[in-house]
Amino acid sequence: MSLYRQVTEKPWNQVGLPDGIEARPTFQVPDQKVALVLFVIVACVLFSLLTVSYYLRIAWGAGDWVPVSEPATLWINTGVLVACSAVFQWSVIQARRQEAIRLTSMAGLLFVAGGLLTLVFIAGQYTAWQTLIGGGYTLQSNPANAFFYLLTGVHILHLAGGLWVWTKALFNMRSGANPGDSRLSIELCTWYWHFLLLVWFGLFYVLSTT
Amino acid sequence: MAYVPLADQDDPHALHDPHSFITKYVWSQDHKVIAIQYGGTAIFVGLIALGLSILMRLQLGFPDSISWIDPAFYYQAVTMHGMIMVVYLLTALFLGGFGNYLIPLMCGTRDMVFPFLNMLSFWFYLLSVIILLASFFVTGGPAGAGWTLYAPQSITAGTPGSGGGMLLMLISLAVFIVAFTMGGLNYVTTILQARTRGMTLMRMPLSIWGIFTATVLGLFAFPALLVSAIMLGFDLVLGTSFFMPAMMQLGEQSTQDGGSPILFQHLFWFFGHPEVYIVALPAFGLVSDVIATHARKNIFGYRMMVWAIIAIGGLSFLVWAHHMYVSGMNPYFGFFFATTTLIIAVPTALKVYNWVLTLWQGNIRLNTPMLFAIGFIFTFVHGGLTGLFLGNVIIDVPLADTYFVVAHFHMVMGVSPVLVLYAALYHWYPKMTGRMYNETMGKVHFWCTFLGTYAIYLPMHYLGFLGVPRRYYEMGNTDFVPATAQALNANITIAAIFVATAQVLFFINIFMSLRKEKDAGGNPWGATTLEWQTPDTPPKHGNWGPELPTVYRWAYDYSVPGAKQDFIPQNEPGEEYEKTFHTRGHS
Ligand code: HEM
Ligand SMILES: [Cu+2]
Repeated sequence: MSLYRQVTEKPWNQVGLPDGIEARPTFQVPDQKVALVLFVIVACVLFSLLTVSYYLRIAWGAGDWVPVSEPATLWINTGVLVACSAVFQWSVIQARRQEAIRLTSMAGLLFVAGGLLTLVFIAGQYTAWQTLIGGGYTLQSNPANAFFYLLTGVHILHLAGGLWVWTKALFNMRSGANPGDSRLSIELCTWYWHFLLLVWFGLFYVLSTT
Repeated sequence: MAYVPLADQDDPHALHDPHSFITKYVWSQDHKVIAIQYGGTAIFVGLIALGLSILMRLQLGFPDSISWIDPAFYYQAVTMHGMIMVVYLLTALFLGGFGNYLIPLMCGTRDMVFPFLNMLSFWFYLLSVIILLASFFVTGGPAGAGWTLYAPQSITAGTPGSGGGMLLMLISLAVFIVAFTMGGLNYVTTILQARTRGMTLMRMPLSIWGIFTATVLGLFAFPALLVSAIMLGFDLVLGTSFFMPAMMQLGEQSTQDGGSPILFQHLFWFFGHPEVYIVALPAFGLVSDVIATHARKNIFGYRMMVWAIIAIGGLSFLVWAHHMYVSGMNPYFGFFFATTTLIIAVPTALKVYNWVLTLWQGNIRLNTPMLFAIGFIFTFVHGGLTGLFLGNVIIDVPLADTYFVVAHFHMVMGVSPVLVLYAALYHWYPKMTGRMYNETMGKVHFWCTFLGTYAIYLPMHYLGFLGVPRRYYEMGNTDFVPATAQALNANITIAAIFVATAQVLFFINIFMSLRKEKDAGGNPWGATTLEWQTPDTPPKHGNWGPELPTVYRWAYDYSVPGAKQDFIPQNEPGEEYEKTFHTRGHS
């Protein structure tokens, strides 16, 4: 039954089992996927609010905004993050083909590589921070800098959260979790990383155009 | 071991019953235990907030009678009282407490879909409470700029608690938001995915609809508080100037400048207004079920009630700036927000009509839960009407920051949800404990609370007309306020002390009743919803014994003509007079 049909039902008229004898979830996907989508929506709200604050601070501040000149490292980092997503996606494709998913199998190795590349990205962002601080763009000296650190920082925190789940998935895989679960973990991590890549594109655009 | 097909195996939850005391009651992953942990903690901090309000009232009613209440302490008490009541008591008790208890029971599941996350949610909440309370003990004391935490005031040297206290407040809020998000994802996913068979969306009791929508609102609104808390924390600790304008602090030009205080207000209220409904929507839901059960009638206009909940939820994100009419914003802006504010009154009024129409010609049992529920209708209508006044810019401008506002929001979001909480606590107490509370004591508690709160808040409207300002330690250059206002203030304080004392009745009642035999039975109210149909009372771990219930009908089959009893439980097929799936002739 479509969601619309469901909420326009007249429940007082019906007795029995209108949708059959099986319990059916509202969305025909695993619970974890529903929770992840919800979390992604929440994260979207968070990043949107940060972005709105960013523009409003420009508009309503006392005209003290001095745009940051973004270090070139950011382009390299962007490349690394794209690579992360690509590797994760590849891991999903492999996982669909494999019967069992072990750490040492193709899917497992790619999954590990994706996480490690994320660490490289985080290190890269850190280098970018160092460059900025070296150039005198400190947190306190200008709101544009402050926002730069804030936005990139919050993005990194989201990646770190992802890495936590990634670590748990690795441990499960090592102790031989059933392939269905592993496949789901790989797929959900991949979705999440794609999402954070999109967020990064957005942030990078916002940061470098103002 | 003999082979048992997967479908015939017992549910894994039933097999892993926790045995030790620690896993059963401390690190519990059972939603019912977590609910009680959440509820107990929330009520505990709520009592602290109540104590603070009495101290404030003593200062207002009998100025300088207690020597250690100085202006700084007064402001800190106002701030902590407001924040604890709104966030740490009401939000936590409705969603963490009742949400946790009722969602799996009413939807017919064994537990939340992510029990571990659920447990983590409670422990993060407890941590946030501890951090918040710790702020009473740091140098400078707790935050003191009002629960709205407006920058730059809240973090400017000279404001009470602007250093460590404020920092702890912000950290505590951030931890609370993490806790809420973990719980919230759980509630929403459980309601969407784990309902038992036959439990279609439109067969869910309104309690679940209210809790569901409020949780979704929370998931959207709390990020705004998180963003403002993080940015304010940066301004406070790291010396950025997101919100800090150029200004003098303690006689010196501050190093921070250029920031936008208005930005903070927008962010705060983008959270703050939906927060009102995060508290109100679960209350709407719970009270609907209490009213239907004790009026022995189906809720009037179930579908309208559901849609109204959703409509209110959506609209609540479009009204936030009605808290900012006096912030110097563009008048057209004010016009827009006044309009949306009045529009949201439409679905809200619809709900009130439906509650009243549910009572109409019902077979009303005036027991304690029902009294509290009816009391709620009164206070909510009252607070709602003053809200219509304040929603208009022209009326709000003179009344803003007076006691009229204090009276309004206490009626609509202080007293009303608290009355529903009591209705719900009394209503579900027999299920949670297996015992009946003492009815007489419950009724006395109701009348003291209901009449007492009117004695507190009704006169406050009048004080507001006189121009008595809000958040004032004492009258200063306010000669326009006649001296008789003081007599009124003294009376309000006496009423407040009376009401606070009367709450003791509630605690005596629930603790004394705990020592009785289990006398309530499984379904003392003759209610239809699933939580009253559990095989054990209080429900055991896993809730349902070997098999999950199956739902054959909506949640409000009370006094159905031709039925044996005046209620038909949701899991009752009712073969005698109805054969499986069919449509009843008329609506
Ligand atoms: C017997 C019960 C209560 C009493 C006697 C009481 C009393 C007070 C007093 C005296 C103030 C300070 C007013 C001022 O100086 O401006 C206040 C503020 C406030 N109260 Fe209550 N209150 C009670 C219950 C509640 C409840 C249940 C809530 C839950 C929503 C609540 C929410 C607030 C808020 C949000 C503020 C504003 C704080 C601020 O201005 O920053 N109160 N209350
Ligand atoms: Cu509002």
